Parts: sequence; C-alpha cells; structure tokens
Amino acid sequence: MSDAATPSHSPAAAARIVEFAKQPLVVALILVAALLYLGETLSPGFASGQQIMRLLIVAALLGIVAAGQNLVVLGGREGIDLSVGGVVSLSAIVAGNLMAGENAGIPLAIVACIATGALFGLFNGIGVTLLRIPPLVMTLGMLGVLQGLLVVIRQGIPSGRAAPGLADFVSQPFLFGVPGILWLWVVIGLLMAFLLGRTVFGHRIYAIGSNEQAAYMAGVPVKAARIALFVLSGVFAAIAGICLLGYSGSSFANVGEQYMLPSIIAVVFGGTPLSGGKGGYTGTMAGALLLVILQSILVTINIDESGRQMVFGITLLVLMLFYGRGRSMRA
Amino acid sequence: MTMASAPARPQSRSALKRTFERYPFLPALIILVVLIVLNGWFQPRSLSFVGITGLIKTYLALMLLAVAQTYVIYAGDIDLSAGAIVSLVNVVVVGFMAQWGGDGLTILAALGLGLATGLACGLVNGIVVAALRLQAIVATFATSIFFTGLALYIQPVAGTPAPTLFWRTYGGRILDIPFVFYVVVAFAILLVVLVRTRLTLRLLAVGDGQQEAFQSGLPVTAVRIGGYALCGVFAALAAFCITGDTASGDPLVGGKMTLFSIAAVVLGGSALAGGYGTVVGSVIGALIIGFINSLVFFVGTPSEWQNLVQGLAILLALMAGVLVGRGARA
Repeated sequence: MSDAATPSHSPAAAARIVEFAKQPLVVALILVAALLYLGETLSPGFASGQQIMRLLIVAALLGIVAAGQNLVVLGGREGIDLSVGGVVSLSAIVAGNLMAGENAGIPLAIVACIATGALFGLFNGIGVTLLRIPPLVMTLGMLGVLQGLLVVIRQGIPSGRAAPGLADFVSQPFLFGVPGILWLWVVIGLLMAFLLGRTVFGHRIYAIGSNEQAAYMAGVPVKAARIALFVLSGVFAAIAGICLLGYSGSSFANVGEQYMLPSIIAVVFGGTPLSGGKGGYTGTMAGALLLVILQSILVTINIDESGRQMVFGITLLVLMLFYGRGRSMRA
Repeated sequence: MTMASAPARPQSRSALKRTFERYPFLPALIILVVLIVLNGWFQPRSLSFVGITGLIKTYLALMLLAVAQTYVIYAGDIDLSAGAIVSLVNVVVVGFMAQWGGDGLTILAALGLGLATGLACGLVNGIVVAALRLQAIVATFATSIFFTGLALYIQPVAGTPAPTLFWRTYGGRILDIPFVFYVVVAFAILLVVLVRTRLTLRLLAVGDGQQEAFQSGLPVTAVRIGGYALCGVFAALAAFCITGDTASGDPLVGGKMTLFSIAAVVLGGSALAGGYGTVVGSVIGALIIGFINSLVFFVGTPSEWQNLVQGLAILLALMAGVLVGRGARA
C-alpha cells in the first residue's frame, strides 16, 4: 500500500489513482466539495453550518425519492418510475388531511401513506411484470391517474396541514443538533447498503438487472422481485411525501412533480446507469446532494429565472459527460 | 431489443396476424372507432362538421408532436424536450411577428425562423445524445430545461398576442373549407413523402439493432441526429398550430405536451425500444387522447373527476394497445 501510494512515477499507481477518481461516488463528492467552495466564493455564508443543514434537508427529500427510483433502475429492463412525483404529491395531501395539524394523527397518516404508496407501486409492478407493459409506459399512465386523483381529493382547495411534531422532525435539531429527517436519510442509506450488499434480495436485484434470462435460469423469482422493487419505489416516494408536508407546512398542488425527473438524474449522477444491473445507493445520495447544491447556487447568484434555467440545463449536460457514456460503435 | 419477437416464425400464420403485423396501428384504430361511436352516441353534435373541425384545431398540435416523437422513438431514442421546443418556437414566432409588424410576409419570415429554431433544437438534442453518447432520457431532460430557460428569456410571461391575420387564417376558412383541413392534407402528403425517404428506413434499422446497423455500414450517429432534427422540425410545426389555436405566446405552453406525445406514440402501436412503428399510429394515438378527453366531458363527468377518468382511460388504452399489439404479433 505504502509504496503504491507514494507519488512514484510508476504507471500502475497513476492508473490506480485515475481508476479511484473515476468512481461515480468519488466524482460526485469532488463535485459537491467544488460546488460548495464555488458557492462560498460567490456569496460568503453559502457554506455556513446552517446553510449546509438546510441544503442537506432538501437533498434528503430528493434522496429518499431517489432511493426507490434507484431500486427500479437497478432492476433493469428499462426500469424507470415516472409516477414517483404523483405518489409524493398524493402522500403529502393524504398525510396533511389525516393529521390536520394534530400530532395524534401522525401514526395513522404514516401508515395510510405508506400503504397508498405501496398500492400504486404494486399496480405498477403488476403492469410491468405480469402484463409486460414497458415501465416507462406503465408509470407514465399511472402518473396521469395520480394527477387526476389529486384533483378529486383536493376539490380545488388547498387542504391539510402538517402536525407540529412532523414539522419539527424535518426542520428542528433532533439528535446532536441534526434534524430527524437527516437521521432518517442516514438510516435509509444504511438499510439500502445492507439490502443491496448483504441480502439475497439485493443480489437478486443485480442479477435480474444485468441478465434477466440468466437470473431466471438460476432460479431467481424474477417477477416477484421486480414487483417488490416497484412497491418499494412507491413506499419511498410516500415517505418523501410525508417529509415534504413537514417541510412545507401544508400540501399544495402537485408539490411532488419537481421530483420526477430529478430523482432519475440523481440516480444517474450517482453512477447507476439507466440500463441497470450496476451501481448503488451511496452514489445516488451524493448525486441528490450535488443536484440540490447546484440549484441552490443558481438561486444565490443574481440572475433571473431564464438565465438560471439555461445555466442549470447546460451544467447538467456537462456533468453528465463525467459519468458513464454509452459505448462507441465498433465494427 | 426486439430479439424476443424474432425467432421461430411459424410457416402458417393466420391472415389476421399478418394484417396486424403489416399495420401495427390496427388496435389503435379500433379503439379510435369505438371512441368516435361513443362520442356520437353521447353527443351527436360532436361528430358534426363544426365539432370535428374544432377537435382537429385543438389536437393538430399534439398529432404533429406525436409524429415528431415517433421519428426519435423509431431509432430507440426518446425526446423529453419536445414540449419545451414547442414553447420556444411559440415565443420566437410570436415575438418576431409582433416586432416586424404582422403582415403576410413578416409572418412567413417568422415561421421560417421558427422552423430554423426547431431544427437547431433538434440538432442540439441529436448531438448531445448520439454524438456525445449521453443517456437520452436524462440528456433531453437537461436540454428541455435549457430550451425552457431560453423561451423565458425571450418572453418572461405569457400573453403577447399573435397578429390577427395569423390566427384568423388558422381558425378561418378558404373557399368555404376550414383552413385546418388544408393543413391536414399538407401534413398527410408530407408524411407520405417522409415514409419513402431513406432516413425513415435507416432510423428503423438503427432502432432494430444499433450494432447490426453499424456493422452493415450505416452512419448510426448521423442517422440518430437526423431523427432528432426531424423531431425538432415537427415540434416547430406543432408550435405553429398551438400559436394559431391560442393566438398568443406562452413560454410554458408545450411543457405538458411531452408526456402526452410519448403516450400517443405508444398508443399508436410503435415499440418504445425502437425499430418498429408507424407515424399513422401516432396520429391515431393523439386522436385517441383527444376523443377520450371530449368523451369524458360529454358523458357529464363532474369537473373535478374529469382528470382522473381521463387518466384511467388513457392508462387502460395504453395497456390494451400494448397487450393486443403483442398478442397479434406473437
């Protein structure tokens, strides 16, 4: 180790360093640090403790949605869940109405929301596996249904308020000065790492994601596993919806829509290619953080909305160049 | 990606299956006919000349955008920025018409500029996806953010009116025939011509198997860029129809159309994986969405339930289309 790490001019050591630096997680973390530095230079105080805490909370919301998206993408076969945004909105509204500003309503709201998310995930999973509808089509159609359902529930008036306990959980220090939602995100991160790395189910996800036929031959219950992925995606989106309600105080129209495509980008920035079969959640967490910091910097610098969007679009494209690009054609 | 459907074709296939294979949009056509009959049943006036003209006026833009999306999907790609291109072209066209006066010649010049804008956006998408080899879904989402930003820069808020001459023409009649019917005929001729071009064939070949297409000597990257360029041009045409219909500029007008355009393509029986499909199917798919929306209205669904019923109907139609299409091909 020591002789490899010394700055010798041996090509092997250099190659190893390059190999290390090319890991998506490392790329994302380096970019996060660089962006924080950039933000601090552009507007002093950007990287202050309080600001970073706020960024982390926003990133946690996106990161929790991205956990489910990550699982679906890992499962391969063009796996993608476009309905997460709808589930987030629905969960926020259901939770807001059930708790109606009372702490006593929190447990019921959590159970109801997770059940709702799981149910829609189950529909998606059944459509994708048993009926063999392409995931993009199935979840796109489900998104339309969810958006319609939101209109019915809302009846045109904003309804539902977060319970004070939930709001505190999201924004007030809970343990060691860190809000509960961040602890929740850490726990989810550990659970995902355990699930993907140490459990049979985790290995099956990679197996069906990289070669479904081979996994089937090896006895993996491919359909059940894939349905489980979609159910988990719905559950994570529902959890994010509850937290989002706590963050914003009340639920308003289509709050979740902003998470649909960014959750996919967070997964890609985290090093999980959309073709599935490889990658993990640790990278996705860094990817979510990266996206949130980037957006926050754009809000900080003094340009109008149009310029902000243009810069954001171009920056996303440039960042994508850092990650796995498709293979070039070879004869 | 279509490997699964390729092997072991039995010698004796029923004539029905052959017909389905030749015309993949048949399930969609059946759904469309059922919807038209139901529309006529619940509201006979919806099938009157005026009713049909109105429907075409409203959904022509979606038909064009669905066709735009089809060319990209032919090659196995996808364009999530199609709606943003519509918005951008809409504000560019309206902006220049307003600036240059709004008589006949300047309108044509502005439309020309709009087409160029659409083409440029399509080329950007093509280069980003095919030449830089980024993943189509996320890359075109990023370009859609950029195009939306550009549209907001040109026109920060909705509301600049289009010249009277322009929307009067789009909504009016020439020789007692509504203008939109001429547009439909021109559109049909354009599609027939395009079906016969080498680019369409090559897009399908690339979608059927990129590696194989490359090995048989096709310029895969150029073909995919060509698909995106065509998509940009048709998105511009869709923007012209929106401009004629709404008579104003709105930097966010097309945003919601992207996902509907993809749904229309799938409804029309084209495979998202590429290599298989028809533009006629996509036009039918767009009409299905239009007729579902009007039917939900005509059967008297309470207003707050309309979106949900529409969403459910579209989801069911999507599933039915995929299932029937596969059953017929298998």
